[in-house]
Amino acid sequence: MTASRTERRKIVSLSGVRKAFGNRVVLPGLDLDIYRGEFVTLLGPSGCGKTTILRLIGGFESPDAGSILLDGEDIAALDPSQRPVNTVFQSYALFPHMSVFDNVAYGLRAERRPEEEIERRVGDMLRMVQLEELARRKPDQLSGGQQQRVAIARALVKGPRLLLLDEPLSALDYKLRKQMQNELKRMQRELGITFLFITHDQEEALSMSDRVVVLRDGVIEQSGTPRDVYESPANLFVARFVGEINVLDVRVIAQLEGGRLLAEIEGKQREFDAGQHRFAPGTRLHALLRPEDMRLLPADDGSALPGEVVERNYKGMMLETLIRLDSGRQLQACEFFDESDPDFDYLLGERVGVSWVPGWEVLLADEGA
Amino acid sequence: MRGREPFRIAVLLLIWGWIVLFVLLPNLLVVATSFLTRDDSRFISWQLTLDNYLRLVDPDYLGVFGHSFYMALVTTLLCLLVGYPFAYLLSRLRPSLKPYLLFLVIVPFWTNSLVRTYAMKLLISVNGLLNKLLLTLGWIDTPLRMLYSEGAVIAGLFYILLPFMILPLYAVFEQLRPELLEASRDLGAGRWRSFTRVVLPLTLPGIIAGSLLVLLPAVGMFYVADVLGGAKNLLIGNVIKSQFLDARDWPFGAAASLLLTVAMAVLLYAYYLSVNMIRRPDNDAELA
Repeated sequence: MTASRTERRKIVSLSGVRKAFGNRVVLPGLDLDIYRGEFVTLLGPSGCGKTTILRLIGGFESPDAGSILLDGEDIAALDPSQRPVNTVFQSYALFPHMSVFDNVAYGLRAERRPEEEIERRVGDMLRMVQLEELARRKPDQLSGGQQQRVAIARALVKGPRLLLLDEPLSALDYKLRKQMQNELKRMQRELGITFLFITHDQEEALSMSDRVVVLRDGVIEQSGTPRDVYESPANLFVARFVGEINVLDVRVIAQLEGGRLLAEIEGKQREFDAGQHRFAPGTRLHALLRPEDMRLLPADDGSALPGEVVERNYKGMMLETLIRLDSGRQLQACEFFDESDPDFDYLLGERVGVSWVPGWEVLLADEGA
Repeated sequence: MRGREPFRIAVLLLIWGWIVLFVLLPNLLVVATSFLTRDDSRFISWQLTLDNYLRLVDPDYLGVFGHSFYMALVTTLLCLLVGYPFAYLLSRLRPSLKPYLLFLVIVPFWTNSLVRTYAMKLLISVNGLLNKLLLTLGWIDTPLRMLYSEGAVIAGLFYILLPFMILPLYAVFEQLRPELLEASRDLGAGRWRSFTRVVLPLTLPGIIAGSLLVLLPAVGMFYVADVLGGAKNLLIGNVIKSQFLDARDWPFGAAASLLLTVAMAVLLYAYYLSVNMIRRPDNDAELA
């Protein structure tokens, strides 16, 4: 993308950061680098430590061990007011006694900027979030989406080196959230400010970020582009947390030529693409398959796994089918409607064969999970 | 809906009947009495006059009123200085501890304040516990004369009225969301600026409510001045009480109490205006 992106200059660098609240260790020792101009999302279930990471960078918590560098300078000892970092709070935290203008101007007034400059910069920022007409309103006279924009404008007006966003869209309804996602991406592109975004919504994480960092219990499970994380999950946790997934047990029979693998899956022998991995015969693996990669075939297809349809959910542009294999395992399949196929739908209890696009499965070593 | 109509009327009648009988009527009697003349045998005689109000303008009485307001103001300031940080700390305590400490704030209400005033007298009298303690510790050689002074009255008022300051302040601090302070610091404001720009304005309704709850009773609690103050430290409440009970001059007492009522009404109106101003400083601009 831009030059600054290709330079990959670290803006924030956390190393060995440990944080515990009482006996509860939230971050056992975190290493995380964020590069200039990136849109990074921390994704994880509640309690995974993502908010704590944000609060450590913002200065509202101090680490028990480890260092937090901002542009190479250790900021662990700095008060939040001294850090060139601003936060969009989950609850917005707008000052209820101040107008929209005064809320946005707050940070500039704290810097004792001249009043004309404040006027101009706040005006620019309000124009950017399309709230010029509401500058004199109080927060409680605004809708949720408008309050959200004020919170973003207030945090961005100081031109922070890093913007921290703590689940800022979680209180908005679906349509508004979609719209704000696009606006946030636009602002991030236009201003070139690095965004560190927190969410527990995997769809939001995938659609907005340059990089997704998946966290569990304060440990980074995977860090990569949305596509990496979705298509090549590093482990079962990531696979299950990011999107829907089917997990099947696989036993290796033999390693074949060209990175291919012959293995037994649900009583059938199939070839898999093992990539550069080599597995000894008898190794137990997991095959991960996204529902949209599954294909439903007639029941008599020899290579497919036999089963019967137990549930069908109409989803508008696709049909979600739940199949119980003869082994008892349930699989989910998602198929786009094909206008030209009149027999696309299935009946409950109908016998089908389940297959998938060869090579689209992900093989993971059995973690005993 | 129709079946509810009689019930609605009954409730409204009950409320209005109560207000008329126990609030409006007694106050009208006081107002009426204040314009009548004193009579030794029947307390009042039906002669209209403004004399009672003219007598209030007497420098002696004005002096008592002024001194009473001064002591009430000092009491209010002391309550605010102690109550504000107290309420703040109370609101920041662990949720499991809060009920106990709130309970401790409220417990004194269970004992009649007159009884507590006498207890205070025992504590600070010349032979009282406080003097004995100080003598035993060797901090003083002769007992201090603390009773029957301005300080004793203020201390008594402070002690009795402090909870009335703490409770409304606690209520506003409970509503003050901690993330507002975090937002303030995040935006570059230091502690002092965060306090003056965010905490103070948002707790102002509590400050004003608490101040009124302390100031208004503090000019009327005559028994505190009776027990602790001696002859020189009278409250407006003492003047009114002595006119009704000792001097048997009901019209003059009524005039004095009406003056106090009017002063309180003015203060309450000022409170109403100030709270409205905090909530909506530029309402007009928005409507324009």
